[in-house]
Amino acid sequence: MNTSRREFIRTIGRLTQWSAGILPFAGLLSGCKTLETVSTIGAQVGAATGMLTESQAQSIENSGKAVARSFEDITPEQEYYIGRTVGARILTKYSTYPNKRATAYVNLIGQSLARASDVPETFGGYHFMIQDSDEINALAAPGGLVFVTRGMLRCCRSEDAVAAVLAHEIGHVNHRHGLQAIKTSRLTSALTTLGLEGTRTFGGQELSELTKTFEQSISDITQTLINNGYSRKFERQADQDAVTITKRLGYDPNGLLDMLKEMEKQLKPGRVDFVKTHPSPESRITEISPKIDAPKWIPDVRQRRFQRALAGI
Amino acid sequence: MNLRKRMRLPLVIAVFLMISGIALAAAMKSVQIKEGALRSTPSFLGKIVAKVAYGDRVEAMDNQNGWSKVKLAGARQSGWIHDSALTHKKIVLKAGQSDVAQGATGDEIALAGKGFNEEVERELRGKNPQLDFKTIDQMEKIVVSDSQMRQFLDEGRVSPQGGAQQ
Repeated sequence: MNTSRREFIRTIGRLTQWSAGILPFAGLLSGCKTLETVSTIGAQVGAATGMLTESQAQSIENSGKAVARSFEDITPEQEYYIGRTVGARILTKYSTYPNKRATAYVNLIGQSLARASDVPETFGGYHFMIQDSDEINALAAPGGLVFVTRGMLRCCRSEDAVAAVLAHEIGHVNHRHGLQAIKTSRLTSALTTLGLEGTRTFGGQELSELTKTFEQSISDITQTLINNGYSRKFERQADQDAVTITKRLGYDPNGLLDMLKEMEKQLKPGRVDFVKTHPSPESRITEISPKIDAPKWIPDVRQRRFQRALAGI
Repeated sequence: MNLRKRMRLPLVIAVFLMISGIALAAAMKSVQIKEGALRSTPSFLGKIVAKVAYGDRVEAMDNQNGWSKVKLAGARQSGWIHDSALTHKKIVLKAGQSDVAQGATGDEIALAGKGFNEEVERELRGKNPQLDFKTIDQMEKIVVSDSQMRQFLDEGRVSPQGGAQQ
């Protein structure tokens, strides 16, 4: 390698460091760029001007990529496939409540709320389903598949309370909380090593390795959703979203407080479902109450249709 | 010293390319959802003026409260779509297209079907027949139309807070 080429590589290195300093500025222009972009562009410029060989450029790019792998690199399309499988696994634990009227009602509320959320568009859209279980629970799979038990709906005494439950789950989807349960090591192997070739048909061994990583990622998520629960921080964020989203659509966020109070009454000592994965209703009420204004009057017509739709719940 | 001077020009060019490249990339976007709609106003209440699909390239002309006014490449009709439906990346639906061959990077393009995809799901389903994908497929078919939603909100006196979202 001659002197000027070596010097240029050093310059690119400095440029990359310097670029990291102007990252906030670059972010303003582009929406969301990462350090990876900067090193990529640096490497491309080097390669295009003939100052770097392809392999040198590639190694600069790769070093940028190695640090940038996280749940944020999961594309909406991949999120969709992850969500479908998480949902398919949730359905092995809970059977479906076969009531078309109630299901349609929950979807009217839920899909309207999703449109008022910060991420109204996901790859496959938001869809809601009622599970035939006395357990008090609600679960959201990545991408927007939301499952709510009959037990949970029995804690709701108004449409506004149902809206609060669904908006809380939409909040988890918006912030991609489920995807954040996937261990980073799996993402690195799935998104970097195995997924490079895109839509070309995988070889037998590649496909089996990728499927294994996929399966482990699904387990990471379902383990969190069903057994361990999210962090307190994520639950607080989802409660805050429930308030924001219900308000935006025109529901009374007091529905959330009503539901939590009712849940507290219904949670019996020794029950392991919701208690296991969520902070106590009491602590959630304490935290969210200051952010909610005085209750609004709920129109009779809304209350009547709520009673009709969920009559047998 | 002489060498340093000679190095300044490429450095300036590199900085210029970086900044202009980022700015240009912001103008063209891709649809990153399976199916979407362009609307007459920046709101879900806006009338649907065109349909868009995964991977469609659009030119962003304006932005208001999280909505972009876009035009499909080569088309006259423009319309509004929520930003969550768009990505600055170019989405390549089939491997082997020229962009892939030229070695464009993951930051500029997203390969459809990369990593976790339909093929992986199929493989998993084969090994785990107990997973209930049939119900998931039914669930995905439950789609509330614009008019059903409007009627439902009106009947229940649910009044969206004049926000751009709705």
